[in-house]
Amino acid sequence: MVNLPSEQITINLGPQHPSTHGVFRLRVTLDGEVITDVEPIFGYLHRGTEKLAEERTYTQIVTLTDRLDYTSSMINNQAYVLAVEKLAGVTVPPRGQYLRVLTAELQRIASHLMGVGFFLQDLGASGTPLMYCFRERERILDLFEMLCGARVTVSYMRPGGVFQEPPPEFWPAVRHLLDTTPDAIAELERLISENEIVLARTKGVGVLTKEKAIDSAVSGPNLRASGVAWDLRKADPYDVYADMDFAVPVGSNGDSYDRFLVRVMEVHQSIRIAEQCYRDMPGGPVRSELPFFFRPPPGDAYAHVEASKGELGFYLVSDGGIAPYRCKIRSPSFINLTVLAEMLIGWKVADLMVIFGSLDVNMGEVDR
Amino acid sequence: MPYGLGIAKGMMVTLRNLVRKPVTVQYPEQRVAQHHRFRGEDFVWYEERCTGCASCAKYCPQGIIKIVTAPSGEMTQEGEKYKLEVFDIEIARCMFCGLCVEACPYDALHMGSGFERARPRQSDLVITVDELKASAKKPSTWFRPQLQDRGYDPFQPGDDVSWQDAGREKSVAPTYEEMLQRWVQGR
Amino acid sequence: MESPFDRNGLFSGLYGFFADLTPESFAWLAYLLAGVVVVFIVINGVMLLTAFETYMERRVLGRFQTRLGPNRVGPFGLLQPFADVFKLLIKEDLRPAMADRLTFFLAPVLMVAAILLVAAVVPFGPNTFLADLNIGVLFIVGIPTIATVAMFLGGWGSGNRFALLGAARAVAMLISYEVPMIVSLAGVLLLAGSMSLVDVVEAQRLPFIVLQPLGFFVFLVAASAEMNRSPFDLMEAESELTAGFHTEFSGIRFGLLQLAEFGELVIISAVLAVIFVSGWQNPFVSPDYAQWLPGQLWFLLKLVFFLLLFTWIRATLPRMRVDQVMAFAWKALFPLAIINTLVTAVLVVAWPEPEYGQLWIMAAINWAVAIACLVLFSRFLERHRERPTASVQLVEIPAEAS
Ligand code: SF4
Ligand code: SF4
Repeated sequence: MVNLPSEQITINLGPQHPSTHGVFRLRVTLDGEVITDVEPIFGYLHRGTEKLAEERTYTQIVTLTDRLDYTSSMINNQAYVLAVEKLAGVTVPPRGQYLRVLTAELQRIASHLMGVGFFLQDLGASGTPLMYCFRERERILDLFEMLCGARVTVSYMRPGGVFQEPPPEFWPAVRHLLDTTPDAIAELERLISENEIVLARTKGVGVLTKEKAIDSAVSGPNLRASGVAWDLRKADPYDVYADMDFAVPVGSNGDSYDRFLVRVMEVHQSIRIAEQCYRDMPGGPVRSELPFFFRPPPGDAYAHVEASKGELGFYLVSDGGIAPYRCKIRSPSFINLTVLAEMLIGWKVADLMVIFGSLDVNMGEVDR
Repeated sequence: MPYGLGIAKGMMVTLRNLVRKPVTVQYPEQRVAQHHRFRGEDFVWYEERCTGCASCAKYCPQGIIKIVTAPSGEMTQEGEKYKLEVFDIEIARCMFCGLCVEACPYDALHMGSGFERARPRQSDLVITVDELKASAKKPSTWFRPQLQDRGYDPFQPGDDVSWQDAGREKSVAPTYEEMLQRWVQGR
Repeated sequence: MESPFDRNGLFSGLYGFFADLTPESFAWLAYLLAGVVVVFIVINGVMLLTAFETYMERRVLGRFQTRLGPNRVGPFGLLQPFADVFKLLIKEDLRPAMADRLTFFLAPVLMVAAILLVAAVVPFGPNTFLADLNIGVLFIVGIPTIATVAMFLGGWGSGNRFALLGAARAVAMLISYEVPMIVSLAGVLLLAGSMSLVDVVEAQRLPFIVLQPLGFFVFLVAASAEMNRSPFDLMEAESELTAGFHTEFSGIRFGLLQLAEFGELVIISAVLAVIFVSGWQNPFVSPDYAQWLPGQLWFLLKLVFFLLLFTWIRATLPRMRVDQVMAFAWKALFPLAIINTLVTAVLVVAWPEPEYGQLWIMAAINWAVAIACLVLFSRFLERHRERPTASVQLVEIPAEAS
């Protein structure tokens, strides 16, 4: 047997790489194709959101939260305004709460579609599933444009409700969307979820065990795919989620495929919730009047929501001024990313992107 | 799913989409419809309505509105109106959040509907007071329910909004009779 | 001895034309001129087809994804490939400092040369070919392997680790897929009794796709791996290796690599059309009957059909992993090709001179074998017995009182 000399090579995936979902860098050590060491390096997208928040009034911070996880701005808005309302002791009129839940669920659909689309893109599908996902997402963004004039950075919610009554044409548009989206999702499932190549690439790949997931405080679809039935919309209902009737998809293997499928099934549940909001939408004002510059009493408050990526929490400390004394953001992507290195070792380069894509992290939220 | 049937199903899905109408449009010639609430650039500002209160500048999270006022010597009877010497909006840093519009107490500032103001230099991306005065008066209906209720559409040609119509109140300019009432007969 | 050019109508016509012009003793000159003209026509024809193919692929892929696709340059965007080439030509030709000068220069040239060489033996129509090589089939599976060497040179020579990984994948994979590809053609050769592609076309009283379904399947899959197409586009897997072996190439070198890649697609589609759907003949009737259309047109139609088929596959399928690709070649394709060869051999021995009716019986047997094999193999390779979507279940959780 000839003793061939061989050595490991280190490659930098990112910060500019076709599939790192933002500006993220992975320094990977490879033995041939097999990953032996991973060092995630982030911070390229750091904008100092938490510090900026100390310089902004409570209303102005809403615009900052749009830019955390830019694929689900509505849910970020919601988490933040819930924290402010807790801090200031404001109640929200029911119509405002329903509108928030409706838009948050639509945003969840859009975000999951994007997550699934990019996951499949990482699998090497040449853009087709991504395009189909974007086609559906685009229709949801059209609704947001109707509501608040912007498609991505919505700034739709305000402490005390939502910013304005939706225009009259919004309701038929929602009806149309709710009628047609299930078919479009079903088409996507036909395209992908039983495809043999997808199965071979994702089944059993990148397993995150239940214990490991709980120990690392992983949340959201990634946690549920590992077999933990935990959803903040059920465990600590906010707004009107307590009145909503929906089920939570829970995986059993914790592999990439389960994470993917949990997202797809959550889309169906989100449609169900949006359907109920549409049906039960109460009348009345959408916003309880708060002055633009208001001073909550000194104290602190933490509010968390089930964002599309996991548990998103805002911790605000007020010193009685017009701006928070401290704002801490618990971003789900950042914490979900902590398990990445461990999940990758032993897999091949091709699996790296699959596992990373299946975690569905958003760098805007990781670096803040 | 044995026998490659999953792949076959997927192939049928793509084939069905082949005969669908494309969802994209060829941009400069065709455009997708924008909603009249679209928050875009080219702010619409009514000099006649603006009092120079600078609420918009104060509410802007980015702090990019620069206002310099001076006494104008106009409308001294009603309380002298300020003259806006500088009203610069540095839209290179604007995020079109619309908080300035939400803040304006006199409905003088409105969002526009444009999105095509790309310039090679950042310093060109400042909307000055002269530009604001000269720009087409086609406000977006964002946070302006009065425009929305009127069925006004910013994308219709020749549907400009005059400063008297832009406000939430019935009619801003007092009529001659009202002026008489207020200043002659009432005394 | 029969010259390989005797059956070539295009060449002999041109030779006659130039021979009339030149004096008797300058016959070699006429020969040379005719040769140059024919080569010129074929190379440019293939290049034009390739340019058209890049346009068609982008356009059709766009429609698969319900997009518009390129439509700006010229009517319907038809001039897009020329705009692309022009853009690549005026771009700076970068060479990384770590790159090996010779291999970096050689790789794109070698790759294009290898692909264009294959065009020499492909019959584009009756009497429309460059050479009727009597080992044509061997030639078309052998020569593209040079492109593999070029890929490796390019990947190794550019001094980039992504490129190196891509190159290593290329070598490993292409060598594996050569084997089932060649063996899958054995059945065809047994039926045709000749390795000349012209003979293969003329032997197809019934298109070989009917007689050799298994062989066709294996060849189709192996060929798409060979020419680096989805789902086997590992060596330039853009979501993993940015661009694989051609990460560092830019400007016209990149253009040449793209030309080689799409050129290979065109050539392989042409070969598929020639070997499996009876080339320039009408595939729906036996060659004894009317052909309906000129041979060249039939050929072009079949070529476009295969190009569209490859685009369709690319539009649908994600990429496989490198070890799965290898396993697929050795565990599935290779045995299938062997079985196909054995069954065909038995049939050929049983009916050395089959009648038209007997051909249909052969076809029926082959189809039965093909379906049985596919079912058995997918059973054998299946890893998940239950429905894959069963791993995620909906759970009803009662909402806590807040
Ligand atoms: S839209 Fe927002 S960022 Fe732009 S000027 Fe108004 S308040 Fe400032
Ligand atoms: S635009 Fe409105 S807010 Fe700004 S200075 Fe004028 S009146 Fe005040």
